[in-house]
Amino acid sequence: MKMATVYVDGRAYEMDPKQNLLHACLQLRMDLPYFCWHPAMGSVGACRQCAVKQFKDESDQHGRIVMACMTPVAEGARISIRDPEAVEFRQAIIEGLMLNHPHDCPVCDEGGECHLQDMTVMTGHDYRRYTFEKRTFRNQYLGPLVNHEMNRCIQCYRCVRFYREYAGGNDLNSFSLRNQVFFGRDRDGVLENEFAGNLVEVCPTGVFTDATLKRHYTRKWDLQMAPSVCVHCGLGCNITAAERYGMLRRLVNRYNGEVNGYFLCDRGRFGYEFVNSERRVRQPVLRGKPASAEPALEHLRELAGGSVIGIGSPRASLESNFALRSLVGAERFYAGVPGAQSRLLKQMVDVLRNGPARTPSLREIEHCDAVLILGEDVTNTAPRMALSLRQSVRQQPAEIAERMRVPLWMDHPVREIAQDQKGPLFIATPSPTRLDDAAARSHRAAPDDVARLGFAVSHLLDQGAPADLPDALRGPAEEIAQALKSAKRPLIVSGPSLGSAAIIQAAANVAWALPGAALAFTAPESNSIGLSLMEAPALDAALAAEADTAIILENDLYRRLPAAVVDEFLARFRHVAVLDCVESATTAKAELVLPAAAFAEADGSLVNSEGRAQRFFQALLPTAPIQESWRWLGEWETLDEILGAMASALPHLATAASAAPGASFRMDGAKVPRSPHRYSGRTAMLAQIDVHEPKPPEDRDSPLSFSMEGTPDQPPSALQPFFWTPGWNSIQAVNKFQEEIAGPLRQGDAGVRILEPGSQRPPFFDQIPPPFQARDGEWLLTPLYHIFGSEELSRLAPGIAQLSPQPYVALNPEEAGQFGGEVDLLGQRISLVRIADLPRGLAGVPVGIPPFAGLDLPMWSRISRPS
Amino acid sequence: MFSVVRTIWYVLLHMFHKRITVQYPDEKPYLAPRYRGRIILSRDPDGGERCVACYLCAAACPVDCIALQATEDPTGRRYPEFFRINFSRCIFCGFCEEACPTYAIQLTPDFEMGEYQRPNLVYEKEDLLINGPGKYPGYNFWRVCGVQIGGKDKGEAENEGPPVDIHSLLP
Ligand code: SF4
Ligand code: SF4
Ligand code: SF4
Ligand code: SF4
Ligand code: FES
Repeated sequence: MKMATVYVDGRAYEMDPKQNLLHACLQLRMDLPYFCWHPAMGSVGACRQCAVKQFKDESDQHGRIVMACMTPVAEGARISIRDPEAVEFRQAIIEGLMLNHPHDCPVCDEGGECHLQDMTVMTGHDYRRYTFEKRTFRNQYLGPLVNHEMNRCIQCYRCVRFYREYAGGNDLNSFSLRNQVFFGRDRDGVLENEFAGNLVEVCPTGVFTDATLKRHYTRKWDLQMAPSVCVHCGLGCNITAAERYGMLRRLVNRYNGEVNGYFLCDRGRFGYEFVNSERRVRQPVLRGKPASAEPALEHLRELAGGSVIGIGSPRASLESNFALRSLVGAERFYAGVPGAQSRLLKQMVDVLRNGPARTPSLREIEHCDAVLILGEDVTNTAPRMALSLRQSVRQQPAEIAERMRVPLWMDHPVREIAQDQKGPLFIATPSPTRLDDAAARSHRAAPDDVARLGFAVSHLLDQGAPADLPDALRGPAEEIAQALKSAKRPLIVSGPSLGSAAIIQAAANVAWALPGAALAFTAPESNSIGLSLMEAPALDAALAAEADTAIILENDLYRRLPAAVVDEFLARFRHVAVLDCVESATTAKAELVLPAAAFAEADGSLVNSEGRAQRFFQALLPTAPIQESWRWLGEWETLDEILGAMASALPHLATAASAAPGASFRMDGAKVPRSPHRYSGRTAMLAQIDVHEPKPPEDRDSPLSFSMEGTPDQPPSALQPFFWTPGWNSIQAVNKFQEEIAGPLRQGDAGVRILEPGSQRPPFFDQIPPPFQARDGEWLLTPLYHIFGSEELSRLAPGIAQLSPQPYVALNPEEAGQFGGEVDLLGQRISLVRIADLPRGLAGVPVGIPPFAGLDLPMWSRISRPS
Repeated sequence: MFSVVRTIWYVLLHMFHKRITVQYPDEKPYLAPRYRGRIILSRDPDGGERCVACYLCAAACPVDCIALQATEDPTGRRYPEFFRINFSRCIFCGFCEEACPTYAIQLTPDFEMGEYQRPNLVYEKEDLLINGPGKYPGYNFWRVCGVQIGGKDKGEAENEGPPVDIHSLLP
């Protein structure tokens, strides 16, 4: 790339001419205050905070004030950040923004990590001169997750730009005018968008704050933090988990350029509260009675010595699954997923490993310029991916802007040029999805017909692919094929959510018919792919296994199989031992329950749907006897030991061990501190128990320390516990840690890919299903996913639980006409909702919500009028 | 020899000097109000707990001997759920008082805190909270702050205009 030379305060710097001056200056680690610019959302020039002086040439002494974020980098440009007039201008801007600012810092949840505080200090505005009335606003109730305190707003417009333009929401807006502009909803109510939680980080002030944190509030400087990975879906977004007084206090986004970037979904951000839930298993339970660790462990060893099988879990780490596999023996270890899903996952992994299509990272998805989604309601099955897909439709219109020489960071002009034009995004699902508004076309079809559409597209792209192309399919299929063919970076998205192998095969065919196409599969749980790579037989095979004892790892079988099947299965064993972090129907049936550490209390690795192995670390030490499942199950002393054992037993997972540096890693002889250096209260927090402060616990498993002592330098990204640099207390500090603004972190993005494509195209799949036929009096129960409610652990977080739907069954309004408000289904009275466009013959039911948890969906069932 | 005699002479002279030894504890010394002794938490002029649990004192404390946890009453007024000072660590530097934005935490001219048992030097909120405003009689943070609490609606703080009606069509 050709760089431009720009003079800043008389010194020459190399800058990227595709960028604006603010971006370029920050990248060079200069301090220049800003508010409205956001690295993922570009510039709009709304706040006027980033003013610098620009000079015509060397002889120009006068210069003029320009907004750095709105001024392109140009060869030979001369600017000054320190120019007294620019300094004064920036001070005046802050003073203006502060006129109405309430005297709230001490009781403001943003305090201590407030971008407005940081920028105020940076500009040097330190004295209030304005003594007239401040304007005030009433706050709104925005739901259980996000809190509103509108007086603190500085009208930077970041919130509405993120919410409306970036995330596609439409219930948050700016109202009123002049100095009374208000950011909120038209009335009180829960924010509808699934990414609303990002407002907490996007808003540079304390207008939008984390409502779950508020209930156990702690300042950022007082938190003990560790790099972690979200466990609430298969994408594995990077998070920072934070502890105080032995309790998990909150999660924030941990920037990973390839994975989640700057944003998380609300399930991931707020689901953490399950760790503090009443339903946690905190003590071993032996035959219904609390037991202490030694007899419990003794009992486990005894059981493991006999005839035993082990059932793993897609929500347990690689290490824990491996520990169980080692304990019971590889041939008696079963993946804890039902056969149908296990086969789908295996098929996905095979397609990705053997075929030429590569899994894209979320960043790559953002840059794809034509997308076909087969069968996935992405917002509800892999939420963060939906945010990336929403950006992908801006790729083609952005090319027009580029042709008109409008730089892409000029957010507003680029959107004006694009108008309503969207890049091609095609969605084929049974029921409407939250991405439909961004799609060029959405097709509503039964699962088999979704697959048929995919097969038709692949045939149009490559005559070698099998064909079954009735006229009705030809039109839509041609449109899609055409769009994919003319794209530079086409992408196919699919997954196991509809339980259909044909859909996955169709997606593979399309991707293989398009050389260079990317293929993204969603994965249902945080380690579904990792478990699948262990190649253990499915749960169904375990049903036939003969043994006295079953050891079940972090798995509620009642959410996997119908209750009757599980009852019968568990009854066949003389002993059932369960390790889990939360109580479940399965732990209730167990003879022995061992308390397993939840993600924030554990070290381990997960493989996400991209095939990226990522490490998560303890943010807090669990209260004994809670410990990681792999510690209960094995004799390994440290994480490195079990990783070593895993690498030799399962060589194809060996690379997972390099997802993060081992425990012996040091920076200049020091560990990486989990807490900021201003961590307070060390000599008082436990003084009521003992005035002699305990020695900080040692961490044998990782190079992180349980204290504020350690290296002040930037650690490898997988070990980055939090983002902070002097003068940058808010999460915006991440600018200082990136190689390139909005690019990779300086030490490279965390995680290692362990799933790479093959070079040869395998033969096309040729099992095209026949068209879906509706039946009389019977409906195909089709899974409908809910970001809030469908996932097992986040359901236990009170905020998420409040947003979860009640059980329902959905029918096409015409078919629903024959019923009233309720129907009988599976022997239960269920309320009926109407979903326009749901294909006839399908009945949508919410996944993971009792009584639908554990059903093998899709399945046929009668629906009748309430008797 | 001479020096010995001179020393004795000086000692003798001292017998006629004014005595400055204070008969503590029978006689109490005068300590300025700004003397930095035992720390207290004060109340605002309306009798409410002044501390808003902002954690600033804890952050300022060089020996990290203040620990607290914020909580809120149902009306949104924030206060410490617990507030603990470990006086066996405190160096009475006064940084906490300096950092406090509400005048809640104050050092007092009381230094008589000797204990035989170190645990007795761990003070909880009940031990710290006094019944008056201490050195700063007039200030009530909540009257200045923009957050709504029980008894103070939006727009009712000092220097605040009434809340904007965002649905109004008037310019
Ligand atoms: S938004 Fe920032 S500056 Fe404003 S009250 Fe909150 S912490 Fe203070
Ligand atoms: S609410 Fe926050 S993000 Fe929105 S305009 Fe105000 S300060 Fe900016
Ligand atoms: S998209 Fe998935 S991994 Fe990412 S935050 Fe949401 S639930 Fe977690
Ligand atoms: S600084 Fe003052 S208001 Fe803040 S926590 Fe300490 S005593 Fe309370
Ligand atoms: S950041 Fe440049 S005007 Fe707001």
